[in-house]
Amino acid sequence: MSEKKLAIIATKGSLDWAYPPFILASTAAALGYETQIFFTFYGLQLLRKKLSLEVTPLGNPGMPMPMAMDKWFPVALTALPGMQSMMTMMMKKKMKDKGVASVEDLRDLCVEADVKLIACQMTVDLFDMDTSDFLDGLEYGGAATFFEFAGESDICLFV
Amino acid sequence: MADFDQELDATGLNCPLPILRAKKALSSMQAGQVLHIIATDPGSVKDFEAFTKQTGNELMESKEEGGKFYFLMKKS
Repeated sequence: MSEKKLAIIATKGSLDWAYPPFILASTAAALGYETQIFFTFYGLQLLRKKLSLEVTPLGNPGMPMPMAMDKWFPVALTALPGMQSMMTMMMKKKMKDKGVASVEDLRDLCVEADVKLIACQMTVDLFDMDTSDFLDGLEYGGAATFFEFAGESDICLFV
Repeated sequence: MADFDQELDATGLNCPLPILRAKKALSSMQAGQVLHIIATDPGSVKDFEAFTKQTGNELMESKEEGGKFYFLMKKS
């Protein structure tokens, strides 16, 4: 059986959206897929050695909140200072209570399972990012680099 | 209960950790050996079925007892 291939593009840099690429990639690797993730724009935040990802309730009507606040709490007030860090803290606690792995753990599992992580060079240049803040051993490349693998993939996802 | 060679306690863990831990445990085992897995994630029932189907390992048993899920998996 030749190895199946999964290619993922990760474009989001928030705590909640960090999960899909790393969950799918680590699971695919466990199922025997050769897997690559291409991180572009805000997705680059997922490659920092020290992650500081947050989740925001602002402009997210689908986000369940404690005490059913998503149903009655005025949207404008979710923009108040401290709301984002409070929601982030609560989300992290909930995940821990429910046995959901941390983003760091899932990312480590991906690295252990030889999931290839590619950082978008253009984004690095665009935002003047310091690559020493990122994980060691990353590959830096552009769209063509991604297509080299994605063109042969069985599954290709944009997250 | 049938015999097994290794046990994995995945209680309290949520998707995809039970699968990932099982994969890790299997990789240290010999072909033909049996892994016993205990989990509390209800999603793990379907997930272990799918996992074995795709990896060629054999799911010998899958049962629920007292809110916990028990699996016997034979390494191919």
